Amino acid sequence: MENTGFETINLGHGSGGELTRNLLDKVIFNTFSNPFLDQKHDGAIVEVHSKIAISTDSFVITPIFFKGGNIGELAVNGTVNDVAMCGAIPKYLSLAFIIEEGLKMMEFEKIVASVKKAADKSGVLIITGDTKVVERGKGDKIFINTTGFGQVHPKANISVHNIKAGDKILVNGFIAQHGMAIMSEREGLEFESDLVSDTTNLNFLVKDLLDAFGEKIKLFRDPTRGGLGTVLHEIANDISKGVFLKEIAIPLEKQVAAACEMLGLDPMYVANEGVFLVVVDPSIETEVLALMQNHEKGINAALIGEITQEHPNKVVMESLIGGKRIVSPLVGEQLPRIC
Amino acid sequence: MKHLSEYRDFDATKKYLDEIHKITTREWNIMEICGGQTHSLVKNGILELLPEKVRMIHGPGCPVCVTPLNLIDKAIELLEKGVIVCSFGDMIRVPGSKKSLLEAKAVGGDLRILYSPLEAVSIAKQNPDKEVVFFAVGFETTAPANALSVLHAEKEGLNNYTILASHVLVPPAMEAILGDKLCTIDAFLGAGHVCAIMGMQEYYPLVEKYKIPIVITGFEPLDLVQGIYMAVKQLEEGIYILENQYSRVVKEHGNEAAIAVIQKVFEVGAREWRGIGEIPNSGYVIKEAYRKYDAEAKFNISHIKVPENPHCIAGEILRGIKKPNQCDQFGKACKPANPLGAPMVSSEGACAAYYHFSTH
Repeated sequence: MENTGFETINLGHGSGGELTRNLLDKVIFNTFSNPFLDQKHDGAIVEVHSKIAISTDSFVITPIFFKGGNIGELAVNGTVNDVAMCGAIPKYLSLAFIIEEGLKMMEFEKIVASVKKAADKSGVLIITGDTKVVERGKGDKIFINTTGFGQVHPKANISVHNIKAGDKILVNGFIAQHGMAIMSEREGLEFESDLVSDTTNLNFLVKDLLDAFGEKIKLFRDPTRGGLGTVLHEIANDISKGVFLKEIAIPLEKQVAAACEMLGLDPMYVANEGVFLVVVDPSIETEVLALMQNHEKGINAALIGEITQEHPNKVVMESLIGGKRIVSPLVGEQLPRIC
Repeated sequence: MKHLSEYRDFDATKKYLDEIHKITTREWNIMEICGGQTHSLVKNGILELLPEKVRMIHGPGCPVCVTPLNLIDKAIELLEKGVIVCSFGDMIRVPGSKKSLLEAKAVGGDLRILYSPLEAVSIAKQNPDKEVVFFAVGFETTAPANALSVLHAEKEGLNNYTILASHVLVPPAMEAILGDKLCTIDAFLGAGHVCAIMGMQEYYPLVEKYKIPIVITGFEPLDLVQGIYMAVKQLEEGIYILENQYSRVVKEHGNEAAIAVIQKVFEVGAREWRGIGEIPNSGYVIKEAYRKYDAEAKFNISHIKVPENPHCIAGEILRGIKKPNQCDQFGKACKPANPLGAPMVSSEGACAAYYHFSTH
């Protein structure tokens, strides 16, 4: 990145004039340079020879820098993962910033560098974008929107409607890490911990699973906002079947569990960024688990439950002591309890 | 956090559950006082593991649930006057007569969700030109921290910090429940964290006067099944004594430093309980010497009085007369996203616990 000569971003950087060009040339274009972006058109022109998956997401996180990452890599990984969850190989991303005037140029550059690093790691190209600047007080430092495009895997047939009673549910690793890492740095809540966000790209593990098992993989979902509990509830509702879970099987790292206890939060509803669940035909559960555990993004993978004919539309979890409870969907934000 | 595993151990818990099944010969109604216990009983699926003859009745120990409706309207009035209102999290979604604190925030109120009232004192210090009010609700458990916030504000010489206090006490509520002619309670699980502060002394007279077993109990699954076992054992043997299951936390005389802080700032007085009504000597009010830290005295809000929703049977729920799923509105007109009363809001509320976790 070249020096823009500015310490902070001002309204002029979104004017479309000289300052905008300066910012784009020095920070954006030379960072992300590729044949599609370098056309410098109003949009990118690409060739597509298969079914494509498209997904868009906006990132509005506070704080924008946190342990384990920043809003930049979140904006890449979040959308890359959403495309991957469709059973697709992510290829291209659009990248749009809404910046509040006054953001430090150094912070913006750091975020752009993280976007680049995350895009390279997941093998996607930034092919078009946009930069707007809003007045102070009209935004919250920086918002990012990304739209991802991916080629659907030739062997993929991902649909919630392929799920049958008896299918198994697996997750790739520890839940609730991202949400608790963010909580640990929120104003007024700061507590000392080594918690780091789990933000990462999941597309290569997803591809390996599809290469190996094809149509026997029924569904991928990444339980970001609302957590594992909310996503499982959505699945049960979509197919009018039940979900049965064992609490003891759900991978939960000790420090995260302790932080949840301390703040009175249920890890089942805490956000994740590097977690996905996969619903598979029961004939392949062992092989799927083995493949996941042998992949760097799935070392702590576990079989957590199954789809049932019983208790349709409900997620029932067997507690550590053998009792049963309903896992209901999250209503609003999880609220910390009084005592 | 060793307690996470050892007090949630399958084998240890099963041992007590088996014992409870073995010794139970008659029907017993046991009330757990504290909302945190209700939450844990339902969340861990303990209710269905108990013998049918042992019925748990859910008590009034949910601070959010017993905070009077008019106090929520008062907090909202303060928000609308431009005051920075600070609150514990689960208070903010409780509906007032017209809206909740969360809705008042959405239209511009400066509402802060905090874990400790001491943070509210820092906010007052950072905003000398604004008034800052901490919505100080809760039982004896939160009283020391709330009182301490007043002492900190005094030490800092702050003139812009007050608390909107609604502190209620457990023993008078137990007495009100026992004095009710509809009462069917055979034994109590005492609220472990309340006793961690206050100690055990206040409970001996209750045991004697009402000839009822009280077992001070913790919150983890193993605590609860052990507490229930101790209560059933007393009932089956026909004895009534005060026992302390939660001895790793609760001491005979409680936390004396915390009690001293409470007594410096608060004195015992009459309090209104949502769904139950006014109970004499059932809460803490701010002492005359600290009246300048009382939001009700500082701001003109005492006139705010509002009626409860007539369809909500929170009073009967809180006194253990009805179970949440015996309410006509439960899960229909009244859901966590659109609660008619407070017990459907707080995660400690019996209605919310049933709605979220119960398989029945």
